[in-house]
Amino acid sequence: MTTRKIFRSAIWLLFSLMGIAALYFWLQVEFIAAVQIIVYVGGIVVLIIFSIFLTQQSGNEMPKQPLRRIISSALAVLFGFGLTFLQIWNYSFQPGTKSFDWTVAKIGSQMLSTTKGGYALPFEVVSMLLLAAMVGCIVIAMKTPAATNGKLKEEEIENIKIEKQKEVIITEISEV
Amino acid sequence: MSDIPMSHILFVSTALFFIGMYGLFTRRNMITMLMAIELILNSVNINFVVFNKYLYPEKLDGIFFVIFIITIAAAEAAIAIAIIINLYRSHRSIDVENAREMKY
Repeated sequence: MTTRKIFRSAIWLLFSLMGIAALYFWLQVEFIAAVQIIVYVGGIVVLIIFSIFLTQQSGNEMPKQPLRRIISSALAVLFGFGLTFLQIWNYSFQPGTKSFDWTVAKIGSQMLSTTKGGYALPFEVVSMLLLAAMVGCIVIAMKTPAATNGKLKEEEIENIKIEKQKEVIITEISEV
Repeated sequence: MSDIPMSHILFVSTALFFIGMYGLFTRRNMITMLMAIELILNSVNINFVVFNKYLYPEKLDGIFFVIFIITIAAAEAAIAIAIIINLYRSHRSIDVENAREMKY
């Protein structure tokens, strides 16, 4: 966050995302770790690096920030961090007694169940949101509607059928 | 394996959150601000997983929230980068201070 070369900061972001995935592995939620690596490292970081290459010369340094802004925001951030961590430190958590057992089958069945505690409705809402995001990306990226309309619509219909995570990555790809 | 207390992991996620906040405060480049937002979302994800694992091990709700957050973050990043590239095409700059008018 403090480096002035934007490409380096993208690479550091990649490393920190990998570190978070390693933390998930250590917490024994391998599914989340895999999703993290696929979506973030495989999708978002690649997208960010692409857009960095598209929008500016990678060797250029960003302009220096005014010192007042750096000092004041650093103070605010340190204060907030100290306050939050003090609260965490003083609160004694009571860990659950059972062991944490999850399987992908459990996650899938609860995600699609419509009974109490099921996540079918948020699932549908998220898929609608992804569709809207995809259409929005296409609309933003479309320069001349007459030239590219047919091809993009075909692609869009094809994309809807594919499952959620794939949909995200394809959205990014078609947008790029 | 779980002998490391929860507050240590919460320390990591709090630090990540406030590093992201610092980036959001100081940077004026849109792509860097987007990266800061990704850091913040990731720290929230860590919090969800840790609370789910340590406090409510018999439920799975935290994992669902993490999955949904990751999905929404990906969609958000895609749209943000589309907007950024369009803005760069029209303004030749992705600095938030330079984007003054809403319609070109």
